[in-house]
Amino acid sequence: MHPAIQGLLTIAFGVGGCVAYFYLANLALDHVICPARGRHAGRNINRANLVRPWLFLLPALAAMGLYLVYPVIETLRLSLGERLPGNAFEFVGLANYAQMVSEAKFWEALTNNLLWLLIVPAFATAFGLLAAQLSDRVRWGNLAKSLIFMPMAISFVGAAVIWKLVYDARPLGQEQIGVLNALYLALGGDAPATWLTIPFWNSFFLMAILIWIQTGFAMVILSAALRGIPEETVEAAIVDGANPFQLFFRIKVPQIKGTIVVVWTTITIVVLKVFDIVFAMTNGQWETQVLANYMYDKLFRANDWGVGSAGAIVILLLVTPILVWNVLSARKEMR
Amino acid sequence: MENIVGQKPALRWAVHGSLLALVLLWVFPTAGLLVSSFRTSDQISGSGWWQAMLPQEQNRTLRAKAPDTQTVENGLHVIEGNLFETPATITAWGVSSRAIDDFAPGDTAPLRKGGTVTLAANGDYRFEHTEAFTGKRGQRLFVTATSPPEFTFENYESMLFDERNSEGIGQAFLNTFIVTVPATVIPILIAAFAAYALAWMDFPGRALLIALVVALLVVPLQLALIPLLKLHNTVGIGKGFVGVWLAHTGFGMPLAIYLLRNYMVGLPRDIIENARVDGATDFQVFVKIILPLSFPALASFAIFQFLWTWNDLLVAMVFLIDATGDTTVMTKHIVELLGTRGGNWEILATAAFVSIVVPLAVFFLLQKYLVRGLLAGSVK
Repeated sequence: MHPAIQGLLTIAFGVGGCVAYFYLANLALDHVICPARGRHAGRNINRANLVRPWLFLLPALAAMGLYLVYPVIETLRLSLGERLPGNAFEFVGLANYAQMVSEAKFWEALTNNLLWLLIVPAFATAFGLLAAQLSDRVRWGNLAKSLIFMPMAISFVGAAVIWKLVYDARPLGQEQIGVLNALYLALGGDAPATWLTIPFWNSFFLMAILIWIQTGFAMVILSAALRGIPEETVEAAIVDGANPFQLFFRIKVPQIKGTIVVVWTTITIVVLKVFDIVFAMTNGQWETQVLANYMYDKLFRANDWGVGSAGAIVILLLVTPILVWNVLSARKEMR
Repeated sequence: MENIVGQKPALRWAVHGSLLALVLLWVFPTAGLLVSSFRTSDQISGSGWWQAMLPQEQNRTLRAKAPDTQTVENGLHVIEGNLFETPATITAWGVSSRAIDDFAPGDTAPLRKGGTVTLAANGDYRFEHTEAFTGKRGQRLFVTATSPPEFTFENYESMLFDERNSEGIGQAFLNTFIVTVPATVIPILIAAFAAYALAWMDFPGRALLIALVVALLVVPLQLALIPLLKLHNTVGIGKGFVGVWLAHTGFGMPLAIYLLRNYMVGLPRDIIENARVDGATDFQVFVKIILPLSFPALASFAIFQFLWTWNDLLVAMVFLIDATGDTTVMTKHIVELLGTRGGNWEILATAAFVSIVVPLAVFFLLQKYLVRGLLAGSVK
């Protein structure tokens, strides 16, 4: 069979099955199990209404339970044990964690991750705020926003290829085709640098990619927040003689602090999961390892599920404060 | 208000200037890839892409026609022709790799095996020898030539239509669609029903479920890799599209429910209650009223999920493992190219651009909805 036809068939099968579930389940509930007619019509309607929410929720709960809740528990279990030949499992307590903290690569990944967490959200938010403020009162602002927002649509892998070209290095004497080296040599650098292999600094070159991607996101949200600032406060400040910088830092920024926090945390979550960029650019060599890639290495290269799962749990622990904060603020909102 | 910037021309120029600088900085890397994908591999390695519009001076090694094309004129054996496929101007040339710029255009140089060669600035050459030229391949000539800027569709042609490459990339492109379409539609459908239940139906445990959804928003999907891989293998969907669809459905679910519920809660209560009073069942209310009214929210999540599944690498690498390569998606294909053809920029740039064309098109066409969805999700 031609692969295109096969693809179409599988798509139809997947989507159709889903539609059929909701349609048929409702049909069955209303007409067969609890028909809204005959002697027990009223009782049946009430019963149907008791069941229906769960009918609507079932696929979603099943998907979330299976793909998010169960893995958390199972990963926790795997991180406390060791896989034995023949699918057996032995409980080893914290041995995996002990092994993990004894590895230099883990500390390298953790340190790098913390650096990423400090730098990427800060710069992406700052650039986003700058872009939002600058584009707000300029006639071509919307075009500018679209162009800065564009990297959001590009895959991390695509971005990796794009930036590999930027960081490309040729031996001295050849024409440089990487922008950064061309610039570096033009500004008086003595030899082309292979940017991605300079320990410590290379992480920053990788971070630049994520900042480049995430700035658009920060900009869009912060620009909406800036527009939401009541005009009176701004006008009052102008009347009082505030200069543009005072206006921005003393009047506008404090009023959108809440939104800045939201943007910051959202980017933080993205950073914690960052994997593709490091995987495609350096694969964790030259001291650029991050937790997500460390974990992938353990799981699929070293085939060490115990330590790999322990690494995953570390990532979970790092997001837990955000998780708690999210739930608390959602509850506050609902009241 | 509007004149705060306009009051001081210096400040206005500073604003325009810094915004322009920011935009250029942000567009520059992508532009590099786009321009590179239209250049030949010689040109890409010969000069930076930002010089693509300028004439280029390059050192090239070119081969004249083979000796079997020689003709005899007045007792002299002659080979004639032109070195270039596209016009270029020679500034210096040589017959040996050790002295590539010994001669000026129009000069006549002696050959090592006897005979002479004359090379004009436009690349016309003429070999002359009293004896017959021997050997299978043509003589090498080393030229320093300036060629006008040149752009080509060849990379795209060879990537998309040449069977050696296109089979891989065409298949990967198709696979990405097969992964993406159901992985976008199914979660929306499932999440819409769930969001409706959480927004408009009253049942015990509702608040708890909403809290659960919010909590799951931040659970990293890395945790899911091993447990679910084990599960998929046990069930027997370890190596196919079904597993990836399910994974994307599960991972996208919290955001989908969260966005859609937030939107649906804001719909006017009157319409829904009137419909109920008129005897509509929940299913009818959902399909006929809620779904059409929620179109903006559905669209924005659809775009998100589409971009996310199209651009995903990790889920595809873990749940779509297949040694045959029949189910490879675009992102994986490019990572492989990065490994094996890391230096071939014309191939990499073209493949990368083919893979980002679809999300970019979606992005620019539907940006309005994307922004609306972002705002609904993050700011109240």
